[in-house]
Amino acid sequence: MATVNFKDATRVYPGADHPSVDKLNLDIGDGEFMVLVGPSGCGKSTSLRMLAGLEEVNAGSIHIGDRDVTDLPPKDRDIAMVFQNYALYPHMTVGDNMGFALKMAGVPKTERQQRVQDAAKLLGLEDFLNRKPKALSGGQRQRVAMGRAIVRSPQVFLMDEPLSNLDAKLRVSTRTQIAALQTRLGVTTVYVTHDQIEAMTMGDRVAVLKDGLLQQVDTPLNLYDNPRNLFVAGFIGSPAMNLIEGEVSEDGIHIGDYVVPVPRETLGKASEEKRLMLGIRPETFELGEGTDGIGIDVGVVEELGADAFLYGTVTGLSDEEKLTAQQITARISSRTPPRRGATVRLKIDPEQVHVFSQADGRRLTETTGR
Amino acid sequence: MPRFLSAQPDARLITLPWDTPLADWPAEMLVALPRGISRHVVRFVRVGSEVYALKEVLEHLALHEYRLLRDLVRIDIPSVEANGVVLSRFDPDGEPLDPVLITKHLQFSLPYRSLFSRGVRQDTVNRLVDAMVVLLARLHLSGFLWGDVSLSNTLFRRDAGSFAAYLVDAETGELHESLSDGQREHDLSIARTNLFGEFCDLEAGGLLDQSLEPLILVETIENRYRELWGELTGVEEFDGSEMHRIESRVRRLNALGFDVAELDITTDFAGSTIRIQPKVVDAGHHSRRLLRLTGLDTEENQARRLLNDLDYYRARTDQQNADEAVVAHQWLTQLFEPVVSSVPPGMRAKLEPAEFYHEVLEHRWYSSERAGREIDVHDAAQSYISTVLHQLPDEALAVSTEDTLAGLANPFDPSMGFADADDGQPYDPWEDGDEAPAAGAEPAEDFLDIAALRARTDKPTLRS
Ligand SMILES: Nc1ncnc2c1ncn2[C@@H]1O[C@H](COP(=O)(O)OP(=O)(O)OP(=O)(O)O)[C@@H](O)[C@H]1O
Ligand SMILES: Nc1ncnc2c1ncn2[C@@H]1O[C@H](COP(=O)(O)OP(=O)(O)OP(=O)(O)O)[C@@H](O)[C@H]1O
Ligand SMILES: [Mg+2]
Ligand SMILES: [Mg+2]
Repeated sequence: MATVNFKDATRVYPGADHPSVDKLNLDIGDGEFMVLVGPSGCGKSTSLRMLAGLEEVNAGSIHIGDRDVTDLPPKDRDIAMVFQNYALYPHMTVGDNMGFALKMAGVPKTERQQRVQDAAKLLGLEDFLNRKPKALSGGQRQRVAMGRAIVRSPQVFLMDEPLSNLDAKLRVSTRTQIAALQTRLGVTTVYVTHDQIEAMTMGDRVAVLKDGLLQQVDTPLNLYDNPRNLFVAGFIGSPAMNLIEGEVSEDGIHIGDYVVPVPRETLGKASEEKRLMLGIRPETFELGEGTDGIGIDVGVVEELGADAFLYGTVTGLSDEEKLTAQQITARISSRTPPRRGATVRLKIDPEQVHVFSQADGRRLTETTGR
Repeated sequence: MPRFLSAQPDARLITLPWDTPLADWPAEMLVALPRGISRHVVRFVRVGSEVYALKEVLEHLALHEYRLLRDLVRIDIPSVEANGVVLSRFDPDGEPLDPVLITKHLQFSLPYRSLFSRGVRQDTVNRLVDAMVVLLARLHLSGFLWGDVSLSNTLFRRDAGSFAAYLVDAETGELHESLSDGQREHDLSIARTNLFGEFCDLEAGGLLDQSLEPLILVETIENRYRELWGELTGVEEFDGSEMHRIESRVRRLNALGFDVAELDITTDFAGSTIRIQPKVVDAGHHSRRLLRLTGLDTEENQARRLLNDLDYYRARTDQQNADEAVVAHQWLTQLFEPVVSSVPPGMRAKLEPAEFYHEVLEHRWYSSERAGREIDVHDAAQSYISTVLHQLPDEALAVSTEDTLAGLANPFDPSMGFADADDGQPYDPWEDGDEAPAAGAEPAEDFLDIAALRARTDKPTLRS
């Protein structure tokens, strides 16, 4: 069991003109499932390799528990790195497939068998231990792969996109299983993915990275409800948050012919900016009456159970302008959703509107309670 | 209709049954070739005279691998050649199927599963290991992080008594300007695990010679890699009176098959200490020279061998002062080409031309020793064909009916292991019972179910 701390940890690749991981500060609790998420190239794998002791730390430090491991070789860190590849060896039994890395590490046979037995029990694979892997289902194969990591019983698990080559169905079921197992084992885990849904459904907390910089680290719900900046707001959530630019007036922000009410003190925080960005989650819209709400020309309607997704553009655009105009997405719970081509009003709860500075992307609105 | 993405489309591929999952393709279209184990469904198909390897894989990975394999060929790394990707596949019910990556089957390639088996000579093992290590070092020199170093992802070809290794699987690869030591260590740690697992698997299947020990093999590979990397990139410091060490370093690198394109040489103020470090080294020292002189594209050791023969020819015909290219052309038309075309058409799938020429040179050397006089190379070729070549197996495709495929549960897929009896399905509480920790409605794939997330967080849980 261990905590993990990155303190101003920085990595600059030889020949690169800027850091790939820039002063990363991240405190991971004992037993916590921490997910690092961000677009390709944001520095996820580099951070993980720094923690594993594979990548040199050019500045700052890394701690596991109360040890400063910055200059410790990988083998002295008591971590297990789980790779993408999990080939199952056809001539070896399921038990040997789970335990062979222990054999390489010189763990004595009886202990090896015990650890494999324990892992198999945890994974529901006890009856398979002496079988060859050929008849295993996709899900069972995934569990053998997990068993391979579990038997190493490290202080910290590191996983770099372990699900990226699975088909959609297996990916969804495996991510639930990994999260559940991690809770049961209570081993501190750092998990890397580029997929925000995976991050949000698996992590106790999620660290969002972009261009080597930590944008925000928070619980999934806080990331969703209170994104610190425009990048996090747009990156987290699917369908994504609507980010709509509008002109600032005294009591709000103009979107088409409607003024979205925004408290003065919020507007005051954006001293010089004449235009600000509104962030509205699709599900916080409701259909409005008369002139109440943003006017939208509905382009496409998708019904989904009791709800409907509307996709449209702000009213008053020519057909040509619509093609390039920003799409607004709304999730409406209505038994009779509007038709394609209709013009509707989308009402907003002012409490649920985020306002972002265009200059530096930071959120200006107060943190909400949700 | 499926969509083809390809730089050199082969029209014969278009009519293949793309609306059928690859695992269900009719056996008469397929060729059962020995190959490495794989997670994806991989099959070899024959269209006309060409054999292709097909791999069914998620779209983003198929495109990534296609592009990377093409990059690797461009930077002259020995790898299989990507031909294209088939996208937008649907079965007759309109259900989507995963895309297929198409690569050309690498002719004369020998997958590892048949190479370490009973009776293999230690010397052969060393040469296989060296070939693997050279490939890894070349990849790393080029800034390629493999991410899945394994025997299954390596193919071997004969190379004048040695082997040359090729990369087959670039799915997890990343190409950078250059790699950090950490990235190389990452590859090495993956290599250790994968190679150990694969050797243990061969051992468990009775496919590893009894004298070979997985752990020792893995350690040998790692040590050799570090030695080679040190030679290729390491700093060497010596006294100003030992200037010859600059040339020795270059010669050693040439002997390993590398050219030095940039050597960094620094001296201290007094000029008494010299420090050298190769900055840019390129593999293929001999094969490039042979290609330039003769147009022959061969493996590195084959090239070395043919260049030696060329030198010998030049000395014997007393043309030391003649233009090298002119002599090379004579050698090609008077020796190499006639010898190689003397192989009867029915035996041409046994050895590659350059490998055949190498074997003839070997054969001539032994025959000359025995006869106590120099045997003519054309006569040696005839004798080699009638006494040795005719009994060698075909290796162009390595269609093997013997050992390698014998006993396999599925001749098209070694990942399924042997067809040994494992009857009945054991009890799986996660799939048969309702003990699975994941029990409950499964979330949709591309939709973030925030309501479920709130519900989960509102409940008191073990976490927090
Ligand atoms: N050897 C290298 N030399 C220079 N730059 C590098 C090197 N390796 C990685 N980088 C750069 O460092 C940055 C971070 O890379 P890293 O692999 O950590 O990203 P990642 O978030 O894991 O991306 P992905 O999702 O694509 O795996 C990228 O911009 C990448 O191009
Ligand atoms: N072009 C080719 N020429 C010869 N053999 C090939 C070729 N392509 C694939 N193979 C053989 O098929 C095997 C499986 O292919 P590949 O490694 O690409 O599949 P994979 O499912 O991605 O593997 P992995 O499990 O390592 O990810 C290889 O080990 C190799 O022996
Ligand atoms: Mg990565
Ligand atoms: Mg492979």
